[in-house]
Amino acid sequence: MIELRHLYKSFDDKEVLKDINAEFRNGQVNLIIGQSGSGKTVLMKNIVGLLTPTRGDILYDGRNFVQLTKKEKILLRREMGMIFQSAALFDSLNVLDNVMFPLDMFSDMCYEDRKKRAQFCLSRVNLSGSENKFPGEISGGMQKRVAIARAIVLQPKYLFCDEPNSGLDPKTSIVIDELISDITHEDNITTIVNTHDMNSVMGIGENITFICEGRAEWQGSNKEIMDATNKKLEDFIFASDILRQVKMAHDAK
Amino acid sequence: MITVKSSLTTLGEYVQLMGRVCSRPDRMRMFLKQYVTEMFQLGYNSIAIVLIISFFIGAVICLQIKLNIQSPWMPRMVVGYTTREIMLLEFSSSIMCLILAGKVGSNIASEIGTMRITQQIDALDIMGVNSANYLILPKIAGLMTIMPILVTFSVAAGLIGAYATTFMGYTSVSELNEGFRYSFNQWFFWCGMIKAIVYAFIITSVSAFKGYTVDGGSVQVGTSSTDAVVSSSILILFSDIFLTSILT
Repeated sequence: MIELRHLYKSFDDKEVLKDINAEFRNGQVNLIIGQSGSGKTVLMKNIVGLLTPTRGDILYDGRNFVQLTKKEKILLRREMGMIFQSAALFDSLNVLDNVMFPLDMFSDMCYEDRKKRAQFCLSRVNLSGSENKFPGEISGGMQKRVAIARAIVLQPKYLFCDEPNSGLDPKTSIVIDELISDITHEDNITTIVNTHDMNSVMGIGENITFICEGRAEWQGSNKEIMDATNKKLEDFIFASDILRQVKMAHDAK
Repeated sequence: MITVKSSLTTLGEYVQLMGRVCSRPDRMRMFLKQYVTEMFQLGYNSIAIVLIISFFIGAVICLQIKLNIQSPWMPRMVVGYTTREIMLLEFSSSIMCLILAGKVGSNIASEIGTMRITQQIDALDIMGVNSANYLILPKIAGLMTIMPILVTFSVAAGLIGAYATTFMGYTSVSELNEGFRYSFNQWFFWCGMIKAIVYAFIITSVSAFKGYTVDGGSVQVGTSSTDAVVSSSILILFSDIFLTSILT
């Protein structure tokens, strides 16, 4: 479980995160939602340690990331996997080498075992046969799947996904969502997904934290979101006509 | 005042980055693999340009000296002697490194800068990899290893260029041979090697710093690439004065 306690982050005089308190549960897909500029990405970067919070605590199963030494942080990071918005695959490496990279860096397995593990992860994301292609030669959806394979190759305890569906068509987005959900449940990972995709919210959001203007305004599941009374959340979720009609139909029941 | 402060801040950031670069690699096997790759990419791929430029500059220096400096009052070997000294002391070490700062420096800055803006460096950091060490150290070590070889090739190509002028009838092979051999000081060769190693460090570390600290998009990558070439060229020229005064 990852807990955030009274988390603040400022850039010069501008306070971007204000007293964020949230819990991200083990074995569940935890979503951080909010409109563009609400502070989602800054929050994610603070959680994974790419930014340092101004004050507050980030607890990884009781280990306060903010207070860990540099060496302890490096060790904790080896328990994390991350999927970036842009996939962030290494251009100079082919698909197999991209997935093998964390194993090459941190595992003591022999080459054959590393290769087998990477191939297993690629088959898990339905990419067997694409081992020798380079990131520039595959589609955006495939790149995201390679990124997922790379993120899970070291069997992480914590998986972070920064807008994994951005730039993907709805069908591919559902495939990526299902993949993230399946991996989370099968491997009992604490997964945090940063998104503003309503399909993801309704489809895989088991524990949702809504961020608005740097504050955590609401926390609950996708089942509870229909009955939420938070005005800011309603404005965000039911901004589109289709979802407003779904809400009206739900309320009529 | 602001310029001084920002310069000192940049210097501090550079020193901090070099502190991260100069640590023990996370995995020696990966470092050696990268080291060999970088030697090939930065060094081997520069051999052609080094040979071509040095050949023609060697030929032109020889011609210029023959046409403009040599007189009946000077010994005939002065053409070969002067060509050798210029190639050995300045052109092959300093000027060639300035040219390589353009080729290699922009390559390094744009490569690392692109990795920064496409979050590949963030990906390394989150994995727990020392990204500065993994990306920059092999480049520094690779170019510092290959640069003395490039300088040696440059000297050789320059002298061959000088020989080529004999076909145009301006000078003779025996005159050049005499000049090339006249009063040869082996230390000058080692001066060139020492300079080349220092310049290789300047080119790679400054360019890598410029690329690593890019913030923004493709425009900023382009700017950092230009900055890398300008900054490393200026530093090479400054250190040339310093190294020349202490080595010769």
